[in-house]
Amino acid sequence: MKVFIQNGHLVDPRQGIDGICDIYIEGGRIQKVRKKKNPAVRSARLPGYRVIDAAGMYVLPGLIDLHVHLREPGYEYKETIRTGTEAAARGGFTAVCCMPNTRPVNDNASVTEFILSRARNEGTCTVLPIGAISKGQKGEELAEFTLMHEAGCVAFSDDGRPVMDSLLMRRALEYSRVHDLPIISHCEDLALAGGGVMNEGLLSVTLGLRGIPAQAEEIMVSRDISLAELTGGRLHIAHVSTAGSVAAVRAAKKRGLAAVTAETCPHYFSITEEAVREYDANAKVNPPLRRKTDVEAIREGLLDGTIDVIATDHAPHHRDEKEGEFDLAPSGISGLETAVGLAMKLVANGMLSMTTLVEKMAVNPARIVGSGGGTVAPGTDADLVIIDPRREYRVDAEKFASKGRNTPFGGWVLPAVPVATIWKGKVYSWE
Amino acid sequence: MGLKTKDLVGIKGLDRDDIELILETASGFKDVLGRDIKKVPALRGKTTVNLFYEPSTRTRTSFELAAKRLSTDVINISVSTSSIVKGETLQDTALTVQALGADFIIVRHACSGVPHFLAPRLKASVVNAGDGTNEHPTQALLDLFTIREKRGKIEGLDVAIVGDILHSRVAKSNIYALKKLGARVRLIGPPTLVPRELGELGVEIYSDMDRGLEDVDIIMMLRIQMERQGKGFFPSTVEYFRNWGLTKNRADRAKKDAVVMHPGPMNRGVEIASDVADGKRSVILDQVTNGLAVRMAVLYLLGGVRG
Amino acid sequence: MRKELLDKKDIERAITRMAHEIIEKNKGVRSLCLVGIQRGGVHIARRLSAKLREIEGLDIPVGSLDIALYRDDINVRKEQPVVRRTEVPCEISNKKVVLVDDVLFTGRSIRAAMDAVMDLGRPAVIQLAVLVDRGHRELPIKADFVGKNIPTSLNETVTVELSEEGRADKAVLEWA
Repeated sequence: MKVFIQNGHLVDPRQGIDGICDIYIEGGRIQKVRKKKNPAVRSARLPGYRVIDAAGMYVLPGLIDLHVHLREPGYEYKETIRTGTEAAARGGFTAVCCMPNTRPVNDNASVTEFILSRARNEGTCTVLPIGAISKGQKGEELAEFTLMHEAGCVAFSDDGRPVMDSLLMRRALEYSRVHDLPIISHCEDLALAGGGVMNEGLLSVTLGLRGIPAQAEEIMVSRDISLAELTGGRLHIAHVSTAGSVAAVRAAKKRGLAAVTAETCPHYFSITEEAVREYDANAKVNPPLRRKTDVEAIREGLLDGTIDVIATDHAPHHRDEKEGEFDLAPSGISGLETAVGLAMKLVANGMLSMTTLVEKMAVNPARIVGSGGGTVAPGTDADLVIIDPRREYRVDAEKFASKGRNTPFGGWVLPAVPVATIWKGKVYSWE
Repeated sequence: MGLKTKDLVGIKGLDRDDIELILETASGFKDVLGRDIKKVPALRGKTTVNLFYEPSTRTRTSFELAAKRLSTDVINISVSTSSIVKGETLQDTALTVQALGADFIIVRHACSGVPHFLAPRLKASVVNAGDGTNEHPTQALLDLFTIREKRGKIEGLDVAIVGDILHSRVAKSNIYALKKLGARVRLIGPPTLVPRELGELGVEIYSDMDRGLEDVDIIMMLRIQMERQGKGFFPSTVEYFRNWGLTKNRADRAKKDAVVMHPGPMNRGVEIASDVADGKRSVILDQVTNGLAVRMAVLYLLGGVRG
Repeated sequence: MRKELLDKKDIERAITRMAHEIIEKNKGVRSLCLVGIQRGGVHIARRLSAKLREIEGLDIPVGSLDIALYRDDINVRKEQPVVRRTEVPCEISNKKVVLVDDVLFTGRSIRAAMDAVMDLGRPAVIQLAVLVDRGHRELPIKADFVGKNIPTSLNETVTVELSEEGRADKAVLEWA
């Protein structure tokens, strides 16, 4: 299948392109990218090509999400690899890295292989598995990094189950150097978090909900940075939510610790703890939504390069789990289908440039997991997304491709929406 | 006259007029409770369901009697917390109870926010009988009623609330209610159990009980949950009593005519000395009686027909 | 539209006459207790009591009765009626209780008042005194003492305004 995308505004920092281009796709790969001198001119008919008119739209390298939960195997009632990758495609992603907290845990090559075979058969985007740091994510002994890596894992993480044992974390950072793969750390001091369900502060006290202080995250961010310094291992800090964490990462980078990278999620730069005021469990997420000052610091961190990546932490849950007692509801937001819109909101407000957005959502994630992609260079896989910045999008969770309708953004109007995602030359469009 | 909502989920959502109306109405019911025939037909034909996910003899009995004195039929449903994890969802249980014809659902739950979750999903009136560590609005209302009965007013009084503020829904509801009615509030207790953040609500925080009780009009003691001991909140009940137990000497630091309150059940010798609990300042049993009048008032006021 | 039915003088005369009738019917004022229905009935009851003292030289106890909790319209009204105080200063068991109201209409308030009184004790008799009887009974209730019978139609309202409430004494008929 040959595809021709004309007159779109291509933003591809890796190639230094930020302008109107025509893009030719053949055999699943980018054939040619041609800058348009006179965008008003429509190209002649190209026999055999599917022509997509992207005039007035952005064309970006396919987005790569470093942090999703696809739930399969084990929690298919929450999400499957099919529905999760479909949600990803809808959200403009052509690759997702899936966390290992499935049932069984992805802590060995056979689970990794299962995920990849499912993805091959049913996926609508590339699936890049993340293996567990410890066997069973129990935080006790290291999982088989090499075997999982050979099976296709691109990073290791005990996401959802923070590694409390500093020695184990040290060993993980050391041992992963064999493969030059990042350790993705869910930074949370569980003892200090004290079984909390929201951010600690006046609001948690007056809602009668147990609070998680920002320090529960920051202490572990500092610990892991220290351990990265000690070991020379590659550390990627997941879902940064507090101003203190941003400051710690900034300081580490200033010291020249190139092996430390960090991500945040759209909800941490979009909303505050106020979202849980009415006990809305759809706003229950871990780390919890924080305060306005934290939101501002996160945005600042995105702007100055402290935070390298915007990932979704897509965490779909069944409606029945989120409806009821706030304390008992599982944490997580179904984020794949709102991420681009929320990031574009920052762009619309002048807080983020399109180039930076592409860096945070495609270029840097590709670099961190060494996955390829993140560019529309000729010869690479034809992974792209077309975003219409003129089309407002009203979030309606009922229309999500994901099984998880757990979003605190229902009813929000976002300034842009992906209208087509092209993965290995295949076009998924919703027009 | 009426309340603005069909439910009573917390003091937070009430304004001063609502609180005044409830207290006013409660004094009418206090009257009824003094008669030989303590029952009135006001809510005849209505059904009250006590949906208790947490054991509580006291509050349930008080609501049950209040509902019966208003001539509603009363059903008690106790759901053990262990079965909710696996069993029926909260919403299913509540809808089932409503389908049985409940007009009032009195709910107590160990999780904060449960009444707030149920209220918009049910046609029945939801009354919060204590949710987690959030609120216990009828307890605060009966405390206000008792204060007003004993001191003739609330505005301008100095009220000390002593104990485990962090986990106390009684304390939370009282803080909001007392502030709304113009009292000055002091919180006294170990710093592990008195969140600093509450200072932002305009209350004073003390860890020194002797200083905190200086010249107050009302001493409101809270029950210390024995489970908190050994969780790092305080080292032992002996040390707790040494620092924050209400002894006669301490109570005498308050105003001469200050009264001592306790929502019960008391831990004698842990948070309050027996001679104070039974002493002349104590209005603890008045609180129990007033609880009935206040709960009758709440049910009565919520009992109007809704469009 | 509004029409005055009774003025100050008329009301005074009516109360005087009713006082005499009460004495006559009860052969004196012994063991009599006047119970006014909140709110208008309470004022009329006080006036009757004053008149009885004038005539008989004895203090007749006057109580006030709140019937909010005994009304029969729980399933139709939008908002609950305000609960006012019930204060009956004497033990009413074996007393001759005269219920007093300003206007007698459907009889439902009187039914509620009788229930309320019964819950306070067991009177020897209950009698009913009203300043205005406007007809349209929905229950088999009849007043023993009536200040004035005024035929009305259902779309009219009758209001008694009294100086105790800061108005000039009068009874008024209003219609749309």
